[in-house]
Amino acid sequence: MKSLKWLIHLILPYWRRILLALILSTLTITSHIGLMATSAYLLARAALHPPVLDLMVTIVGVRFFGLSRAVFRYLERYVSHDVTFRILSQIRVKFYQGLEPLAPARLLNFRSADLLSRIVADVEIQQKLFLKVFAPPIVALLVLCGYGAFLASYDIRFSVILSACFLVAGLGIPWIIKLLSQGVGRQLVVLKAELNTQVADSLFGMSEILAYGQANVYLARIRRTNEKVTNQQRQIVWLSALSSALTGMLANISMWLILVLGIVLVEEGKLSGVNLGMLALGTLSSFEALFPLALVPHHLEQNRVAADRLLELIQAEPEIKNQDTMSPKPREMSITFQEVNFRYGPEELWALNCLSFQIPEQGRVAIVGASGAGKTSIVNLLLGFWDYEEGRIDFGGYSIQEYTQQKIRDYVGVVTQRTHIFNATIRENLLLAKPEANDEELILAAKKAKLHDFVQSLSKGYDSYVGEGGLKLSGGQRQRLAIARVLLKNAPILILDEAMEGLDPFNEREIMGEVYQLMEGRTTLVITHRLSGLERMDEILVLDQGQVIERGKHHELLRQKGLYRKLWDMQVIPLN
Amino acid sequence: MFDKSLVREGRSVWGLLLLTVVLGTGIALLAVAQAWFFSRVVAMVFLEGVGLKAVWGSLLMILGIIGLRAAFQWFSEICAHEAASHIRVSLRRRLMNHIVALGPLYARGERTGELITTVVDGIESLEDYFSKYLPQLVLATGIPLIILGFVFPLDWKSGLIFLLTGPLIPIFMILIGKLAEKKSLQQWQNLGWMSAHFLDVLQGLTTLKVFGRSKDQIRVIERVSDSFRKSTLSVLRIAFLSALMLEFLATISTAVVAVTIGLRLVNGTLSYSSGLFLLLLAPEFYTPLRTLGLNFHAGLSGLNAASRIFEILDLPLMYEKNRDDQNLRNQIHHQQDNNDFLGRSKDQVLASNYQISFQDIHLAYQTGESPALNGINLSINSGETIALVGPSGAGKTSIAQLLLRFVEPTTGKLLVNGALLSSISAEKWREQIAYVPQNPHLFAGSIAENILFARPSATLEDVVSAAQEASAHEFIMKLPNGYQTNLGEGGTRLSGGQAQRIALARAMLKDAPLFILDEATSNLDLESQYYVQEALKRLVKGRTTLIIAHRLDTVYHAGRILVLNHGQIVEEGNHEELMRVQGLYYGLVKEYRGELR
Repeated sequence: MKSLKWLIHLILPYWRRILLALILSTLTITSHIGLMATSAYLLARAALHPPVLDLMVTIVGVRFFGLSRAVFRYLERYVSHDVTFRILSQIRVKFYQGLEPLAPARLLNFRSADLLSRIVADVEIQQKLFLKVFAPPIVALLVLCGYGAFLASYDIRFSVILSACFLVAGLGIPWIIKLLSQGVGRQLVVLKAELNTQVADSLFGMSEILAYGQANVYLARIRRTNEKVTNQQRQIVWLSALSSALTGMLANISMWLILVLGIVLVEEGKLSGVNLGMLALGTLSSFEALFPLALVPHHLEQNRVAADRLLELIQAEPEIKNQDTMSPKPREMSITFQEVNFRYGPEELWALNCLSFQIPEQGRVAIVGASGAGKTSIVNLLLGFWDYEEGRIDFGGYSIQEYTQQKIRDYVGVVTQRTHIFNATIRENLLLAKPEANDEELILAAKKAKLHDFVQSLSKGYDSYVGEGGLKLSGGQRQRLAIARVLLKNAPILILDEAMEGLDPFNEREIMGEVYQLMEGRTTLVITHRLSGLERMDEILVLDQGQVIERGKHHELLRQKGLYRKLWDMQVIPLN
Repeated sequence: MFDKSLVREGRSVWGLLLLTVVLGTGIALLAVAQAWFFSRVVAMVFLEGVGLKAVWGSLLMILGIIGLRAAFQWFSEICAHEAASHIRVSLRRRLMNHIVALGPLYARGERTGELITTVVDGIESLEDYFSKYLPQLVLATGIPLIILGFVFPLDWKSGLIFLLTGPLIPIFMILIGKLAEKKSLQQWQNLGWMSAHFLDVLQGLTTLKVFGRSKDQIRVIERVSDSFRKSTLSVLRIAFLSALMLEFLATISTAVVAVTIGLRLVNGTLSYSSGLFLLLLAPEFYTPLRTLGLNFHAGLSGLNAASRIFEILDLPLMYEKNRDDQNLRNQIHHQQDNNDFLGRSKDQVLASNYQISFQDIHLAYQTGESPALNGINLSINSGETIALVGPSGAGKTSIAQLLLRFVEPTTGKLLVNGALLSSISAEKWREQIAYVPQNPHLFAGSIAENILFARPSATLEDVVSAAQEASAHEFIMKLPNGYQTNLGEGGTRLSGGQAQRIALARAMLKDAPLFILDEATSNLDLESQYYVQEALKRLVKGRTTLIIAHRLDTVYHAGRILVLNHGQIVEEGNHEELMRVQGLYYGLVKEYRGELR
């Protein structure tokens, strides 16, 4: 319910347009009713052989309704789509506004592209919110009121029949069908997900399936799931077909009831026979408003579940609340960790356990260790994505808690394994680091990162599109772009978070030079599990389960014959 | 809008489709009957002044017809669904079989996602084509004709109006459809682009934050959404015209018919009852045509999906391709030869000692593309450990693909113990191989199931000992549910190194004489790497092993190292020998050591 409130709150600002769309939609249906009713009335009047002039008004009415329906339908479609897109944009913006302060801490579980896509789909599905969920019941209600009032002017019992039939067809049938299909529907969702998993599994794992002779086993499994899905779908179709057949039947039955009541009234002399056909046909036509209602529970459920998921995401407390205090000016570009303890949740193991180290201005510290040793947690703390529990982290002589998060980030340049390239031009991707940079600065940074020549070789140069929709960059080119960004930002602190990961040795070698150039004059923190090139570091910390188990310079660590030495021996190939 | 292959699929369920059409026709006839009774009842009450009793019989008839129509409606929808669902089940089965037969080379990389969508959602979208569009296509021509049969004898003028306006609906549908639908389709694709932008921003949120740009995005999203809305609406403005025209034709002709009948009634050339009957038939005449228009989209998306589905199904399988290359004249002979050969050579090929030889093998994945392998001559002896090294794209993986028979050589011979490898079935041959690919796939299910996969008959003890051999046991036991820990979507995520070790445990469990390892590219952390190597040492013992090395540190102790470049073997020998030559291998090692100037 909460999520529905949220959605309603979001669409309220557009109430004028929404009202217009609803009215137009109602008028479309009214035109249909009008066309059939006036036509029937015209025929009945004509059957009494009056002078043709007497019929002129009715004829004009018939022609008017014949034209107006198409016009109203057109306008209604236009306005309601306009509203839909506005609502969608609003939801997108509001959701992003809610999400932005929470990233990346609260999004940790949404790392995989799949889950992010689901968020996007959850937003996109809201385009049905107005057209398929909100509008149909309101329009049905408006039609009921309007046509019901028209019927009441002849006899209130007509309106009672109409209301009763509308109620059964609009609420009763959808409700019963929903109750009956609830279990099946839920099972179907599970089964479809299972089918998807099985198909994905057999395609992604096809090498293994074939190499291990399991193809038939997997194909048979998919076949069985497919059959199960089909059985469930059959039940759903039985019910949905029943629902549409019943709604159609009710429309006819209501017409029949109106006709019977009309006949009785004509017999009693309370109703002129001229109106008989008109009332019955108008009633039948009015049911057009009810047919979309059958699907409302289905769409409502979909939209609600999606909105629930969205709301759940953005209602989380931000990991760190921004202080409004003025940030101090750092005295120097140094970083100090003092007995820092940190974990991702109260139940979790310590990710960092009494960690202390210091990087003086322009110093270079490397942190090595297996994955899960806590290396990336250090970066997360430094960038203010998470808050530590105990200890103290200083930047430039002040605790980082005294700065606003953004202020700290302004001082830091990061090159990570997962450099995100936006679906935009190379220029836009670079300008991210410094929007006000001019072309010269841009090219200078690109030249330093050895990206410029490559960009020049593209037909559109810096305006070439990259990322998903455009040109695919190689791993090396991506990292060069990341380096150029940091150069452009010109941050005094540099973090290399497994920056060489995923590059093949040849690419890695090529880019090393630029990385070292980047380190010049910057306070550098290197996070890696590759040991090459670490002899340039002032200090190397070997991290294991959040604790420093060895520390020192490269040669000292080699002499210690500890874990570092063991790892080193494994990586090095004898030259002879 | 009429796809031959799809209609061919429809043949297998022609009975159900026919029943759907018959029921649809029945519904239309019942509607006509209802209109006839209705107009008579109204006329009698209105003009002849009869009471309820006199028309009660007809009213009951109407009630019966209403009930029957609902029943027909229900059954026809069920029939249509049954027909569609038969086709979907059978097509999905064939599609999956065919994709698996095409092998991992076809299904690799970025195509995988698209294939999954086709198999799952693409097939699903055929439902509407078969259950709604195809029967409606028949009904939309049949029902209006039936109605015309009733209209003409009563009033040829109204009949003429129907006859002239009716066909305009499909014509407009096609005309405007062709113009506007293309544009609106484009626009709906833009909607996809719109959400892609949003996804992009979400994925890059951390990057944006680091650069302090995340707040700006609120405005950007607003702006992009807004400009998207404007451009979409400007297109939809035209696209909606098709809806306007459809609506307009149906309503205005109803109005014209009503006025014409009205004037004839005034003149007394038509009875009121017939006039009302004609008016009631007007919606029945136009509804099937309009429904066809509404289902046009369903048909369209079905057709799009179908064209992709049949494109996949029509791809020739590997062995078929080879067969095409052979001379037709020799084919019959050859097949007999083959059969003979098969019987003779099976034991020979499947002996426990292997002598595999590549004889001048060339391989091009696609004709016209530069070949992946360019004259490979190689022999692999039983029990030997061979490492393949070389820059990416040199053809290392292709050699493994050939050995696994995921692909057949374009020219040249691949022999096992002197017999052609292609003479035995791929399934039989693969039983001899344990394979660990570069990025091992972990299937949805428990860890035990994932290992058992290699030999489903194995006991849990076997699984545990295989895991121990693969240095996986220890970390598995640390997981909350041990061997029963669930993997895959929603389950525990393992690191690359852990997945690699599970894959090695599989290979251990299979215990096959030939072992092929496509090494992971530097994705493993040091600890995993250490354990993987320990496991490898145990695994290669007593087996013929082929290691495709992307990292040099793992292979320098291999007995024989083959250095590939541009699809050719350029150097061969052990580490010391190759280092002495100071060729490509020497260069690779120098670079790899990565010691800086």
